[in-house]
Amino acid sequence: MSAATELERRGERGARGGLDPRTAPAFPVAAARALGDAQLRRNLHHATEVIQAKRARVVGEMPDWQALRDAGEAIRRHTMEHLDRYLEQFEERCVRAGGVVHWARDAAEARGIVVRLVEDAAAREGQRGEDSSAANEVLKIKSMTTEEIQLNPALEAAGFRVYETDLAELIIQLGHDQPSHIVVPALHKNRQQIRELFRREMNLPELGESPEELAEAARRFLRERFLRVPIAVSGANFLIAETGGVCVVESEGNGRMCLTLPRTLITVAGIDKVVPRFRDLEVLLQTLPRSATGERMNPYNSIWTGVRAGDGPEQFHVVLLDNGRTEVLADAEARQTLHCIRCGACQNACPVYRETGGHAYGSVYAGPIGAILTPQLQHMEHAQSLPFASSLCGACYEVCPVKINIPEVLIHLRNRVVKRRTAGLRVVGDPEAWAMRTASTIFRSERRFRAAQRMGRMAERLWERKDKAGEQWVTSLPGPLGGWTATRDLRAMPKETFREWWERRGKKTAQADAGNGTEVGDE
Amino acid sequence: MSEARAVVLERIVKAKGASGSLSEVEQMWERMPRGYRVAGERDRASVLELFEDRLRDYDATVVRCTAARVAETLRSVLVAAGVRRVGVPERIDLALPEGFEFVTDEGMPAAELNEMDGVLTRCGLAIAETGTLVLQSAAGQGRRALTLVPDVHVCVVRARDVVETVPEAFARLAATATLPTTFVSGPSATADIEMTRIKGVHGPRFLHVVLVEDYG
Repeated sequence: MSAATELERRGERGARGGLDPRTAPAFPVAAARALGDAQLRRNLHHATEVIQAKRARVVGEMPDWQALRDAGEAIRRHTMEHLDRYLEQFEERCVRAGGVVHWARDAAEARGIVVRLVEDAAAREGQRGEDSSAANEVLKIKSMTTEEIQLNPALEAAGFRVYETDLAELIIQLGHDQPSHIVVPALHKNRQQIRELFRREMNLPELGESPEELAEAARRFLRERFLRVPIAVSGANFLIAETGGVCVVESEGNGRMCLTLPRTLITVAGIDKVVPRFRDLEVLLQTLPRSATGERMNPYNSIWTGVRAGDGPEQFHVVLLDNGRTEVLADAEARQTLHCIRCGACQNACPVYRETGGHAYGSVYAGPIGAILTPQLQHMEHAQSLPFASSLCGACYEVCPVKINIPEVLIHLRNRVVKRRTAGLRVVGDPEAWAMRTASTIFRSERRFRAAQRMGRMAERLWERKDKAGEQWVTSLPGPLGGWTATRDLRAMPKETFREWWERRGKKTAQADAGNGTEVGDE
Repeated sequence: MSEARAVVLERIVKAKGASGSLSEVEQMWERMPRGYRVAGERDRASVLELFEDRLRDYDATVVRCTAARVAETLRSVLVAAGVRRVGVPERIDLALPEGFEFVTDEGMPAAELNEMDGVLTRCGLAIAETGTLVLQSAAGQGRRALTLVPDVHVCVVRARDVVETVPEAFARLAATATLPTTFVSGPSATADIEMTRIKGVHGPRFLHVVLVEDYG
């Protein structure tokens, strides 16, 4: 592990103990720091290149890929339009099948519900008296939703040991790190870094660095816990309104262990995770694995409905989480953000994410989808720099399996951020807002625009430098304008604008016509 | 709890307007575009070839045999896998070979399942295009833990249960959609280390498929 990464890790942990958009530094600040970490960037480049190539190959196998994207988009749009009906239906069917459904308005309420359910389950386990130590432990399946609500610290504060069981999440947990990708949370770590971590945290000084050995170490580390711990918490990929069923998509089998072996299972899911019918999975289970990990199908998909005697948990709870999602729903232009099925393809395709990695976004939702989802989940009060963390190249839209037009939403949110910032008197203290407002005043009048051009030409003369070819450049501007020239040179304004030339040419031509056309005004 | 429910549902309606009745909503669902392939176009022989190819691509092994030779084929697969104590679900309804200890799962605790060398089951449905076995809590397929905890899974698949595409599989599953269901595509794997697919983490690290061509 490079010293820079180690320092970065400690600093971030010390500073905020989690990816919290309310306290995270603005994207440009965090990104500049990430860009200084050469190891991080090598890891990112390698991983995102591998995954993009795999995705392209298996997407290319599908003659009906665009039709699947269209259908996926239609399903998600239809679901959001009728979200209340489908949630009610899901609840009714899930309860009928023996599940218990809870609703949470925000993260704090969801945490409270889960902690109480875990405490109740632990008390039941204590009464069974088989293994008192296991009653204080909880298994976790990788879940961005539980990261979003910062569930683990809440469970730990209530006296529970939480075991993350997904390999990447285990790497994150053992390293006191933060997830940097929706699908592959430890994407920023390479095999050597993971080996060092496992050697230290699992007490395996002889451990090699091949991925096989590392996976074997994780298998041994967790196997005994899977067999012992009676309580598990999961997220969900899909909630099926028609049947009341839940679907979890995974690779390793840690998910199946958690969904099958414990006596109590608690699933935390955003209200956006619902799909109308069982059959809708025939679309999403084709597009999700190919987009997420570049596999035709990921190794395991589990679908279960309530509880079933003799197969799996005896107690099953679902916590339906709002936490800002209804506000996203209320913005008709940004509503499509909720269509996301968390495949991470936009992250891998994004030229910004590929350089900065996920931590710079200051949220568990990084990359293009994070840039639109995070500020909205924060009521546009935090993470306001994220809609600007994009070059609007459109690669995210191209790969999105449900066709979320992320660039369109980014621009819409930029608008909202600027409107908030420039509302009322706050413009006085904000140079950018002041400059934009002034520019708007100038551009609205031809007279003012010409005057500004003349003034600009005079003013910049002080900073003009001639290059070898004799061209005039402005390479360094004073004060706050220096930010622009710090990374790029500005061509000097031409001595004459097109409009001025055109007018002068018109006069000359008129004169020439008058004087027998010996000269045509040209330069 | 019920207060949170009312508030969240109210927020949703306020955000996007009221929905129609459930039957109106269902009619709208019916009208959604589904321009993708809902059925395959290959002949049976090439569907089975595709199935084999996709299984092997994800590190599973495949052996084909006729119904009369299932026991014999299973023997060689189990021997090659190096297993002796083999868990089986109730009502497996297969001719089992001699020379192995088959333990019927009647709700074995997880620790006991962990002592099995392997597990032998059938499966009701498989998808060629994705190399997927679909297991449900049904006769011969066992409960979910049975095919999860042991390290070797041998699965007998009837050729007629292999469909070409994912939508064909969902059409077949419609009637049993609420049974616990697991889609298995190759052995347990992870891509969490440098996005390289590595076989075998927590689920069975070895998946062997016996494809029976003329099973009744």
